[in-house]
Amino acid sequence: MQKIGVFVCWCGSNIAATVDVQAVSDALAREPGVVFSTNYQYMCSQAGQDMIQEKIRELGLTGVVVCSCSPRMHEATFRKACEKAGLNPYMVEIANIREQCSWIHKDKLSGTEKAVLLGKAAVAKVHLNTPLTAGESPVTKRALVIGGGIAGIQTALDIAEAGFPVDIVEKKPTIGGKMTQIDKTFPTLDCAACILTPKMVDAAQNENINILSYSEVEAVKGFVGNFTVTIRRKARFVDETKCTGCGLCTEKCPQKKVPNEFNLGLDTRRAIYIPFAQAVPKAAAIDPNYCTMLKTGKCGVCSKVCTVGAIDYQQKDELLEREYGAIVAATGFEPISMDKFDEFAYSQSPDVVTSLEFERLMNAAGPTGGTLLRPSDGTHPHTLVFVQCVGSRCDGGEKGKPYCSKICCMYTAKHAMLTREKYPDTEVYVFYIDVRTPGKNFDEFYRRAVEEYGVHYVKGMVGKVVPENGKLKVQASDLLGGQQLHIDADMVVLAAAVEPDKSARPLATMLTASMDTNDFFTEAHPKLRPVESPTAGVFLSGACQGPKDIPETVAQAGAAAAKVIGLLSKDRLTCNPCVARSDELMCNGCSACEKVCPYGAITYIDKEFRGPNRTTLLRRVAQVNPAVCQGCGACTVACPSGAMDLQGFSNAQIMAEVDAICK
Amino acid sequence: MTYSYFPGCTLKTKGRDLDIWGRAAMEALGVELRELPQWQCCGAVYPQAKDEIAVRLSAVRALASAGELGTDLVTLCSACHHVIKRVNRDMRTDETIRSRANTYLQLETPYAGETKVLHYLEVLRDQVGFDQLQKRVVKPLTGRKIGAYYGCLLLRPSGEMEFDDPENPSILEDFLRAIGAEPVVYAMRNECCGGYTTLENKPYAVKQAGRVLENAASCGAEELITACPLCLYNLQVNGGGKLPVRYFTELLAEALGVKEGAV
Repeated sequence: MQKIGVFVCWCGSNIAATVDVQAVSDALAREPGVVFSTNYQYMCSQAGQDMIQEKIRELGLTGVVVCSCSPRMHEATFRKACEKAGLNPYMVEIANIREQCSWIHKDKLSGTEKAVLLGKAAVAKVHLNTPLTAGESPVTKRALVIGGGIAGIQTALDIAEAGFPVDIVEKKPTIGGKMTQIDKTFPTLDCAACILTPKMVDAAQNENINILSYSEVEAVKGFVGNFTVTIRRKARFVDETKCTGCGLCTEKCPQKKVPNEFNLGLDTRRAIYIPFAQAVPKAAAIDPNYCTMLKTGKCGVCSKVCTVGAIDYQQKDELLEREYGAIVAATGFEPISMDKFDEFAYSQSPDVVTSLEFERLMNAAGPTGGTLLRPSDGTHPHTLVFVQCVGSRCDGGEKGKPYCSKICCMYTAKHAMLTREKYPDTEVYVFYIDVRTPGKNFDEFYRRAVEEYGVHYVKGMVGKVVPENGKLKVQASDLLGGQQLHIDADMVVLAAAVEPDKSARPLATMLTASMDTNDFFTEAHPKLRPVESPTAGVFLSGACQGPKDIPETVAQAGAAAAKVIGLLSKDRLTCNPCVARSDELMCNGCSACEKVCPYGAITYIDKEFRGPNRTTLLRRVAQVNPAVCQGCGACTVACPSGAMDLQGFSNAQIMAEVDAICK
Repeated sequence: MTYSYFPGCTLKTKGRDLDIWGRAAMEALGVELRELPQWQCCGAVYPQAKDEIAVRLSAVRALASAGELGTDLVTLCSACHHVIKRVNRDMRTDETIRSRANTYLQLETPYAGETKVLHYLEVLRDQVGFDQLQKRVVKPLTGRKIGAYYGCLLLRPSGEMEFDDPENPSILEDFLRAIGAEPVVYAMRNECCGGYTTLENKPYAVKQAGRVLENAASCGAEELITACPLCLYNLQVNGGGKLPVRYFTELLAEALGVKEGAV
């Protein structure tokens, strides 16, 4: 018979306000095997932990039940405390009476009743707990960063600086991401390229960093410290090692009418192209959707002009398999499509542009060489209307996004200010719901736009934009003035909401990393573990976790790198002992478990068993590799003969919990 | 598929084309529209006064009558649809209106908003399906650039009409694609045509209708379709004749090959 101690936590008033903690500890004291039961204000505090340790030593407890918050929060804390007092950490059970009880009940009676039941279930389980010992697994000392924007670059640089090798996988032909398309950065107005491109070069020159551009992650296997990742290196039809980036081919290519994605389709490029002058790696790529040679087999101009013989029309996609100890997701964001917002006439007039397109129109390397001209007729615009929150903060979220995209207030202030500075003859209107500019020197920046640059900030939304006789008739409401406004604008700029890159969702599935309803990666704890995914060994960097500006992205990128470095500095990792185990005598070798195992942890062997009358027979039985098994439990459900069981969560333990709750 | 059908006064007089081609097309699609027996005017304008009960009564009669037949009620005229759908919601959600209307009408079974009100376009989209409609088209309107004119009543207020986004609608464009035409999106497609002001402020109605047609034409539309008799009248009479304006049902009948031979 176990000797069990029960420790009920108040969590300040988090639990105690809706659960009668005294009644819970009294009720659990009467459970079989419980030799001690108490409650305390903060069980996770030093005093609380001391109390548990003292009682283990004093009463010789063989099992401990802590009724507190979710095990995701403090299971590790209490296990560690008990281990210090000499108890096997797997003899500790947590009854979650906060997230699954006190926080969701309003009525103290029903909250208390439920807390008692959850406590009883935990006590019943501890009776069947057995001491478990964790094994160890080695750590592959190389990191993978998925996404080569400013987030990925910074993370890779910081990891490489600590001496660990890093691979950056980037789906585009060059690293740099969205920041390469931005003209100037707020609130200092320094040129984005001038602060980004040196970092891109640093990454390329760092001997610990290996850039896999034009590549995508295809499959991820394994677990923390031991990931095996398949990477597809897409055929760029140019030998990256030979290409010098001279650009001759991109001048001679006869296919001139390819929309240039770097300038968001505002101008064209050739079928063979280098995305922009400062691209890293500075190597050309052939766009197979437009290349006449690849489509019809007739042309070959680029091959003829290339002096180093880098063009290779026969190149095929290659699959690369590599081992990593840690993976960082840095997949970034995209502005949303304007399809559902045609009241702003985006599809009807080329003079209605998104903010990112406006960046290109203001950029010296953009389609207009940095002179702001209307895309429709190339004339200088005199009246500009900026519309904020297009698709952000939408109720219900069907048309747009429920969240605030966070960066738009600042970049719109920047656009408005730059326009007024370069072209003092312009009238600039900004329509807003709220102006949100927290951040160092941010509000001062916005006020400068209003006070020094005379930008007209109008609280209210634009209802409609009507293209008429070369003008854009803007109908809007001025909520503070209480009037309808009709503005004849020359250009309208839409601050489109941001959403996670489309590649994030399939990647999350491969990584078994969780996402929220908006497809942003979820962090392990919103406050205390913001750069870690709940999946061990997977870290988050930049806007894939939520909308962020550049300073915040760089800060988070560094934080993610620090976590990776911490992991890679270890030689061995403690494994989770709560893994599946197959009872060979009951296993009939049906393969049901192998089929459901997402980690490939189950193999089959032919094993010799003793039969009746001194005979032996060979039987096929399942074997679990405890270093690969993640303890998900899928096999225990699939096994028809009940041979599979999960240590620490055995069928008997689960049934005991159910019985305790239902009896 | 069988529905009760409320044509409304205008569809029997000025707006006969909307009704005739609408029925012919549905017959061709195998959908039965049964005209409600002894229907009356819908009330014409949805009353803004919360305590105005008399104007709501005729709509309630139509709704209750469809309810007795156990069928959903289909309307075609934008104005009728607007009034009937909103009164139906009042009967379902407003206790005072419900009890006063029932006290007055003394129906055999009291009516509490049970009937489902569908616009003809909703039947096409959600019951027939635009993909199915596309398969039934025998004379696709290939190459015709057509602008959809929604007007103000059809989709608004969106919380009550619940059938498309009033600021950026797509149902008529999807319909045009289904019958093989090329839809032209233009900004004025969901603005008021000015028709309501035609008696008291004719210059405004003329200006507004002109803007609609100008804008549609500048975006490349060669003709317009609408579901509203008042819009059609106003755009034709006050719009300056820049573009032909027709009912969407006429084009539907044309595409389905039933325009010839019908009355």
